Amino acid sequence: MIESHLPAYIALTFLLFSVLIPAFGIWRDELSQPLAVIGSGLAAGFSIYGFYSYLQLGSIRYFFGGWEPPIGIEFVYDGLSGFFALVINTVAFFVIIHSNKISKREFPGKEMPYYALAMLMMLGFNGMVLTGDLFNLYVFLEIASLAGYAIIAIGDRQAPYAAFRYLIIGTAGGTLYLLGVGFLYTVTGTLNIIDMSAMLPQFAGSTAVVAALILMIVGIGVKAALFPMHGWLPDSYTYASSSSTALIAPIGTKVAAYILFRIILWLFGVELTDAVVPFTYIVGVLACIGILYGSIMAIAQSEMKRMLAYSSVSQIGYIIMGLSLANPWGFAGALLHVLNHAIMKAALFMISGQIRFKEGHSSVNMFDDTYRKKYPWTMAAFTVTAISMVGLPPLAGFFSKWYLALGTIDNSNWLFLAVILISSLLNAVYFFRILEKVYMMNPDKGQKEAADAERDEFSGSMLWPTSILAFSLIVIGFANAIIVGVLLNIFPM
Amino acid sequence: MADFFLGHYAYWFTIILLCIGLYGILFKKNLIKKTIGLAILQISVVMYFVSVASKWDATVPVLDPNIPVDQVANYLNPLPHTLMLTAIVVGVATLGVAFTLLIAVYNRYETLDEEELIDKIQ
Repeated sequence: MIESHLPAYIALTFLLFSVLIPAFGIWRDELSQPLAVIGSGLAAGFSIYGFYSYLQLGSIRYFFGGWEPPIGIEFVYDGLSGFFALVINTVAFFVIIHSNKISKREFPGKEMPYYALAMLMMLGFNGMVLTGDLFNLYVFLEIASLAGYAIIAIGDRQAPYAAFRYLIIGTAGGTLYLLGVGFLYTVTGTLNIIDMSAMLPQFAGSTAVVAALILMIVGIGVKAALFPMHGWLPDSYTYASSSSTALIAPIGTKVAAYILFRIILWLFGVELTDAVVPFTYIVGVLACIGILYGSIMAIAQSEMKRMLAYSSVSQIGYIIMGLSLANPWGFAGALLHVLNHAIMKAALFMISGQIRFKEGHSSVNMFDDTYRKKYPWTMAAFTVTAISMVGLPPLAGFFSKWYLALGTIDNSNWLFLAVILISSLLNAVYFFRILEKVYMMNPDKGQKEAADAERDEFSGSMLWPTSILAFSLIVIGFANAIIVGVLLNIFPM
Repeated sequence: MADFFLGHYAYWFTIILLCIGLYGILFKKNLIKKTIGLAILQISVVMYFVSVASKWDATVPVLDPNIPVDQVANYLNPLPHTLMLTAIVVGVATLGVAFTLLIAVYNRYETLDEEELIDKIQ
């Protein structure tokens, strides 16, 4: 019984709590964070159960109001949707637990609107992941984006301007996507993804279809921060408050990458995508440039949040490169990287938020070896996550890069393989720089300062989510064969 | 050739609107003008959908006893119009958020000119 309604439950939980939080928040402001934790926890539970039942029973198509598509709107809970919903809801649950103290410090008195917006944004992301209708996807995209602009604008002095720039470029991207949907609608007369993908092969080579594909890739590429369209990302992530960044950074670009997966592999299919111009290769090359550019820019940054933001540009490149390979290994590597990167980026942004909370800054230059004494567990979690980002076995980050590399070898695509290897080295440069400062003694200062530092670990509401996420990377690393076995079954061809 | 231009005048109109909107977003220095460009860009897509759905000699999509229901060509396609109602609402919400952000920017920096703003931020 519950299985057949699960797709709706996941999205509606967030909708319910986005209304409940203001209702209770007016009465008691401090209730909003626990309510948000309950809401995201329920949704995470539904998506874990949903993915489990997908493995047992197969995919679910949920028709709203009992109207069958193409007349009605449906939610499609298949492997890809289920996997993404599982990843984003679980990560959001941990981030929202973590943001309790930080939200009270960074924007006191505004917790209620923040958590209500966070729930609305998660509604939008889940709707995008679950919906089976292209126009519905646009509406959810705009719900998530509008809530996201507001969430990014809560933060430092420069945050509203960064959010405004994101708004202009993001809305332009969304509008181009809508125009692409319009082209496809005039050609096929339907908006349902499954229905449309059955009809599209008749129109292979039609200029309207090619134009629609370009418009959709460009429009969604803006949201995914694909290389030339990434300009909004570093400023937004740097100036937004720590809890906002920790929520948006692991989730937002992943969901946009999901739409690219859905469009290229499911809606069009690789053959139709490449019918006129080899789009998958072009997208792959852009992703490669993004990987190298993001890594090099990350090395140049001294502010930790900005460094992580550029690192996000680079990591989203891996995911889209795996998509562009369009073979089972590349696909499994990309999806595994979605999981790994969501966990790693959430943990890293949470740690940067913690350091801001206690030290008042997150500048890499001011890290020193007292941190190791003061925050031993946080720094251990940071070390695990950083090593996983660099991609050393047996941590999770190694395996997603390994499967991506297998995918490039399958396609004999040596350029992409070289990019993966080089960027791993570049990742090592900017993460080991911090580890060196934290774990090595600074010869200029001598040992006295480090010895004096008192142990001053963070409270449980911050330490536990960070530690669980960081150490889950080890578990995922060892369980990678099982996860990849599941992911290979999702591959559509 | 003339047919190609005159026969598709509705589409040329939307393309011109689209270009004006993109120009506004990319080249205008005033943030309010950028927002206006964004609105024009959104409206151009709305106009595209509406013009796609329009037909000569067709009536509103309400059942008329004089026109048999199987003659679909006699009725307008209501779907693009209803979609655009949603898109217009999204556009209004976007403008609302954009102006809210601009008020916050103006309160902090007392300017809405992009170059001045970047000078003040640094």
